Amino acid sequence: MIPVPPAIQRFPWKLMALLSAITGFGLLVLYSAAGGNFSPWALNQGVRFLVFLSVALVIGRFPMRIFEDFAYLGYIGVLILLVAVELLGFVGGGSQRWLNLGFMNLQPSELMKVAIVLALARFYTQLPPGETRGWTALWPALVMIGLPAALVMLQPDLGTALAICASGVVVMFIAGLPFWWFGSAALAGAAALPVIFSMLHDYQQKRILIFLDPESDPLGAGYHISQSKIAIGSGGIGGKGFLNGSQSHLDYLPEGHTDFIFATMAEEWGLIGGLALLLGFFLLLRWSTRVALRARTRFGQLTAAGLTMTIFFYIAINLSMVMGMAPVVGIPLPLFSYGGSSMLTIMTCVGIILAIDNDSKTGTRRFH
Amino acid sequence: MFRRKNPRKSPPITEAWRGITFTRRALVVGGAQVAVGTALAARMAYISVIDNDRYVLESESNRVNLTLVPPRRGWIVDRNGKALANNRVSLRIDIIPDRLHNKELVLGQLKTLLRLDGDTMERIERDLKAASGFQPVAVAEDMTEAEYSSVLVRLPDLPGMAPQRGFARNYPTGAAVGHLIGYVGAPNAEEYEKVRDPLYITPGFKIGKDGLEKYFQPMLRGKPGAKRVEVTARGKVVRELSTQADQQGKTVHLTIDADLQEYVARRMGRESGAAIVIDCQNGDILAFCSMPSFDPNSFSDGISNSEYSWLRADDHQPLINKATRGLYPPGSTLKPMAAIAAIEHGVDPSERHTCIGGYRLGNRFFRCLGTHGSLDMPSAIMKSCNSYFYWLADRLGYDAIAPTARLMGLGEEFQLAGSSQRYGTIPDSAWKLRKYDQKWSASDSLNAVIGQGYVSVNPLQLAVMAARIASGRRLYPRLINREFKNEPLPFSAEALATARHGMDLVVNGPGGTAGRSRLPLDGITMAGKTGTAQVRGLGTGNGKGGTWKFRDHGLFIGFAPVDNPRYATAVVIEHGMGGSRAAAPVAKDFMTFLFDREKAMAALEGFEAGWGGTIKDRMDRDYAAWKAGATTKPDPPEPAP
Repeated sequence: MIPVPPAIQRFPWKLMALLSAITGFGLLVLYSAAGGNFSPWALNQGVRFLVFLSVALVIGRFPMRIFEDFAYLGYIGVLILLVAVELLGFVGGGSQRWLNLGFMNLQPSELMKVAIVLALARFYTQLPPGETRGWTALWPALVMIGLPAALVMLQPDLGTALAICASGVVVMFIAGLPFWWFGSAALAGAAALPVIFSMLHDYQQKRILIFLDPESDPLGAGYHISQSKIAIGSGGIGGKGFLNGSQSHLDYLPEGHTDFIFATMAEEWGLIGGLALLLGFFLLLRWSTRVALRARTRFGQLTAAGLTMTIFFYIAINLSMVMGMAPVVGIPLPLFSYGGSSMLTIMTCVGIILAIDNDSKTGTRRFH
Repeated sequence: MFRRKNPRKSPPITEAWRGITFTRRALVVGGAQVAVGTALAARMAYISVIDNDRYVLESESNRVNLTLVPPRRGWIVDRNGKALANNRVSLRIDIIPDRLHNKELVLGQLKTLLRLDGDTMERIERDLKAASGFQPVAVAEDMTEAEYSSVLVRLPDLPGMAPQRGFARNYPTGAAVGHLIGYVGAPNAEEYEKVRDPLYITPGFKIGKDGLEKYFQPMLRGKPGAKRVEVTARGKVVRELSTQADQQGKTVHLTIDADLQEYVARRMGRESGAAIVIDCQNGDILAFCSMPSFDPNSFSDGISNSEYSWLRADDHQPLINKATRGLYPPGSTLKPMAAIAAIEHGVDPSERHTCIGGYRLGNRFFRCLGTHGSLDMPSAIMKSCNSYFYWLADRLGYDAIAPTARLMGLGEEFQLAGSSQRYGTIPDSAWKLRKYDQKWSASDSLNAVIGQGYVSVNPLQLAVMAARIASGRRLYPRLINREFKNEPLPFSAEALATARHGMDLVVNGPGGTAGRSRLPLDGITMAGKTGTAQVRGLGTGNGKGGTWKFRDHGLFIGFAPVDNPRYATAVVIEHGMGGSRAAAPVAKDFMTFLFDREKAMAALEGFEAGWGGTIKDRMDRDYAAWKAGATTKPDPPEPAP
């Protein structure tokens, strides 16, 4: 056997292979969506992936201490950025989601998906175990989730707001807050929704839907979803073959390289391609869940589980939307959809989880 | 679990408990995630396996755009195969509403490119509102090559446009066949509702709206073709997949002689009236004219409002088919028929009656147009002596004559392709009792025998009568090759011969009323009978001048050659002031045409020079003048002698 240097051994090869496989598959789809061209999407996306993968590996080397220490600070910083975006948008006379930093457009709401998990994990790590069932375990968390969620809703970006809430609530859940809180909250919410909604007039209901997500008017959204279902459904089991998707190539499928890339893929690769991709995501989430389970610190546990939820939320909402089970909210498919912001978020998540993984391999378990 | 005896009440909250809770809850979350993932996989399998057929279909219907190609309409040809109605290439532009993404911009561009007027833009907007999806909306038809290509080169900037090389109906002789053939037009909403055939809402598809075009619609229609093209979501055609050619409709063969038809129509000149020519051998209708007419080409292209109101405003009523829907008192043209009836009722044709300028019935004196002296039957026909026929009618009563009139086809509604007829009245005592609850009087008989009073007929019936007298058979008029028995009329040879002889004298005898209308041919002569029908009541005004509307109608029936009749005809010139003056000369010329075309054409060209050109020239000029606000068209000039 050739001796493998420890430095090389320490690389998470399996994880890198998994990420590369998912992204590589995505590159094939982007190549096809561009009509058999590396430009404008596939090449860009590939380069971006390599950069962000390196970033993730670097983040994975950070000691856990840093994340823990800077959790609140980072959260507050991102919150300020969100307010700044809101103010800029207000001044500019329109909704704005990003800050122009000169070299890139920074979308603070993406950062918030990570920051909220870190901040909540820190909060529940510090919380004395005895308080877990008390009021003090609840209201600071609700405030921490509610502030950024409200700010993002104002942008308005329903998808990201939901993602922030989902990740936050999952951290609260695994932190051990009483089960019935979640159960009754969910029940109350579910019971109240149709009642409230049905009390509204038709045009008000429509208005609310448009208010929640103004960029997708009902007709437009309906068109998106039906075309997406046609693309997936017509792919069948084996698909129409690479470069042979008519829905994407003839422009029937809107956003075929970003939010609806799954439909583009499914049309050409069929159910087999879809299941393969789902398997890839399953392996990724299984890895991060395992990291959470064997994390050395409580902070690591909560963070890893929360970030897993963040990644999962992307996947679940995107696929539900593409298959017509959820309204159209602009959420991309992790690693697959063309775009930098979401990839940055996902790779940051992966990097932090990797750091937790590395941490659990070095020290002894401690819970405080 | 051993540490949690009573977990529901107060579990010990320790770090260890928190750890276990975390593991449990993380597994719950993980399990939930797996469940959602499984659900997504199941959903995908459902869509792509169970619903696969449906979505494959929808994907295909996205990708493939099936357009119907309107079938070429069958031709309508005359007895020699010459086209009366055919198709010409027509360049057209339609809009596919589903693909029209920037309506304002595209319509604006089209407006400037094709110089569309406000009316057209309004119609397009209206049609676009009513149309849905891929149902094309017509923008322009019958474009010039230049206009067409100007749109074609800008097609990439005009998403939603669909240029098409199609066919349009063409009537080579235009107005000459207007009332005979009818016209086609785009189906309206009700017609579409009735059949629900997608072809009916395909631009360029026309159905017969009137006349033979309507009557033979099922035959002429044909089968549509289809074109499958692969298109992008923006409507850009990627490639043509397959084309199925259309099947042209069947050809309809008419008994009409196209050349004669056109000649007759042109010879009518500026007059208002009708003329029909029937083949005495078999009842074939060779010419069937009602003038003035409309240009069916205008209707088939979708007639403009102003042209339509021009036609409606014309007091010569170009929109009414006078050949079958015009009812006229037949006047003296009924005299040969009355002569036959009289002989059948035992009157000796050589028996003489003296015309003293009229006939006294009781205390009333019925005037004759002249004082003809002693006349036998043929010369009474020749001179068109009213007194003689008053005498016959008084003697026999009209109930003896009416059955003969009916046998001649008067008052009859014929089963004739594509025509709607008003069949008029041949009165008798029973009819009067029924209609007016009054007894028939002798004066009624006197009026009826000279074709006035209650009698009214249409020009087609007059032509049939002429053909029946000429042939001695009960010819049934026909426009297509249908078999009729055409059995001999139940009249003696003597009766028919007397009537024919009288009609011969009318044209060729000394002092016959139509003496000026002898055929300018060697060895071929025409027989006939003139008629002058008063428009106002008998004895009021003289009908020989004054306002056009109150002038007498001129009528003529005839056949040629005299000794072996081949062609029979009837001509009615509304307000022509007399049969010999207005109607007979027209018949003379088109009868000449049947035997010597050159001579007839020379005569026609002379007339047309005086009238101001061909039918189309005159119509175009009149229309332009009307549009320019000119008051009325001039009264018809004096008919040529």
